[in-house]
Amino acid sequence: MSADTASRRRLAVFLVAALALLVAPLLAQQMGGSWVRIMDSALLYVLLALGLNIVVGYAGLLDFGYVAFYAVGAYLYALMASPQLTEISPVLAHLFPGGLHAPLWLMIPAAALVSGLAGVLLGAPTLKLRGDYLAIVTLGFGEIIRVFVNNLDTVTNGSQGLSRIDPATVLGVDLSVRHTLLGVEFANVTQYYYLFLAMVVASVLICHRLERSRIGRAWMAIREDEVAARAMGIDTRNLKLLAFGMGATFGGVSGVLFASLEQFVSPQSFGLQESVMIVAMVVLGGMGHLPGVILGAVLLAALPEVLRHVVGPLRQISGDRIDANVLRQLLIALAMIGIMLVRPRGLWPAPEHGQAAPGTRRERP
Amino acid sequence: MSVLPEPAGGAPRAPQAGAPLLDVSGVSKRFGGLQALSEVNLRIATGQVYGLIGPNGAGKTTFFNVLTGLYTPDAGTFLLGGTPYQPVAVHKVARAGIARTFQNIRLFPEMTALENVMVGRHARTRSGLLGAVFRTAAFRAEEAAIAARARELLDYVGIGAYAPYRARTLSYGDQRRLEIARALATEPLLLALDEPAAGMNATEKTVLRGLIDRIRGDGRTVLLIEHDVKLVMGLCDRVTVLDQGKPIAEGTPAEVQRNEAVIEAYLGANHRAVSP
Repeated sequence: MSADTASRRRLAVFLVAALALLVAPLLAQQMGGSWVRIMDSALLYVLLALGLNIVVGYAGLLDFGYVAFYAVGAYLYALMASPQLTEISPVLAHLFPGGLHAPLWLMIPAAALVSGLAGVLLGAPTLKLRGDYLAIVTLGFGEIIRVFVNNLDTVTNGSQGLSRIDPATVLGVDLSVRHTLLGVEFANVTQYYYLFLAMVVASVLICHRLERSRIGRAWMAIREDEVAARAMGIDTRNLKLLAFGMGATFGGVSGVLFASLEQFVSPQSFGLQESVMIVAMVVLGGMGHLPGVILGAVLLAALPEVLRHVVGPLRQISGDRIDANVLRQLLIALAMIGIMLVRPRGLWPAPEHGQAAPGTRRERP
Repeated sequence: MSVLPEPAGGAPRAPQAGAPLLDVSGVSKRFGGLQALSEVNLRIATGQVYGLIGPNGAGKTTFFNVLTGLYTPDAGTFLLGGTPYQPVAVHKVARAGIARTFQNIRLFPEMTALENVMVGRHARTRSGLLGAVFRTAAFRAEEAAIAARARELLDYVGIGAYAPYRARTLSYGDQRRLEIARALATEPLLLALDEPAAGMNATEKTVLRGLIDRIRGDGRTVLLIEHDVKLVMGLCDRVTVLDQGKPIAEGTPAEVQRNEAVIEAYLGANHRAVSP
């Protein structure tokens, strides 16, 4: 196969995939908004998994507290785009008589910045830790943030959560209201889908470019052998902090998107279970390999929801003797164990360079 | 390719051949009750292959780890190319101009051979996060230079054909050579090799010897820790012998071989009693 036909074929695959991604929610919304909702949440998980992949997949830092940054982003948007702050602070109420209503386009970079800083702050004390020890400490940090939010009643409303959060508006278009364009009707979840998809595409591009850069190689060198990486002149402290911070920005942005979609946040959304699921997405898909990570995130995000529709009939057959939720959990667990046994490096790991046929070598610019 | 590529900008320049490159004196290191190094002095001239030998446990690797910043010394002064450096952080020593290999090979096993050497360019390049995300012209130019240089170095050590293979799939001898290529990529003033011939067969040793010879021929300075006496004697310009953390002899290989203290350290004080 000549290079020309290969690149033409790649373009064709790309165009088909792009078209499918654009049309999919329009078809799914015919079957009901809940299906598009599943796709929305899958896209959010892809975003989270991409961010965690920088920390776990590239830099090799096992982080079980990643959901903390998701919470930081979500609560930041919730506070800045709901009546909460103006209700508890007369000063703010006086300054903003109409409410804060911070726009989404401002809050996305703000959340990236704030959660990036949080990532650096939480990463700093863990720099000397590796592997399982690091996992335990990050797990603790993740819980600390959740407990903190839960107990900061006056500001965050504690376990009752924050409601009345502004929906996302893009270029003046309120995404929570359905619109009709050129005779095609776009449900609210479908409009969110396009916003999330745009963020995912941008994130994939950023991750892909980081992976093939001096910074990305330094991260991977740290993952492979930290002492050898230092001997190459890599400042492992700074680069680990950069990985923590960079990963956290993705978590924060996902949090903003989540809060704008749900228009409600509460600490229950940011439990340990979420962190574990995101780590599982990265590991199950193929650590450090973008297509694998995306696949893992989509599978693990969509599988429980799809099973929900499958398990219902099973339950009816058994005459309500099987609890649907338990069965669902069991099937997911079995699937994960099965995948890890059969494909220990993940569903779609990075290809073995050089073991591919000659001529298909990866070329570098 | 037979000539080591010229250093690019940003790397420290080596002094004239023959001028002192590394000058360390009074290096001591204690681990609890064990005095691993006491008052070790070492002077290496530019363009030399300098051997550091000694029986097992003599403190060779400890000295290496102190020199490269892995262990913090209790005492000692360190001069590299005439300027003092503090061996307090490994990455700073690497930037100052000492590159090392490891006794037990430490490559980046899941990265390709080419990527391993590209990582070696880290200390001499500067593009950051934003350059990478926006693919600026400067970033692209630097990436191309990094890749080109890495390929040159792979060719230089003779494993250019394995560029796209993962490091862990290379043979033992090739992994050693890859480690040397990666170290050379940092453009070191001093290339420090920790037992490079360990575990090599005769053919691999010959190839390695040729490579070190060539590196010296291209004006680099090499510090060699080695058990293989034949390799050291045949290759080194000067040798220091360590025993129980102290230097007991210094000189050309021929001088050292005749030194009483050295013979004693290697064979024991009573070796004459058993000889006829």
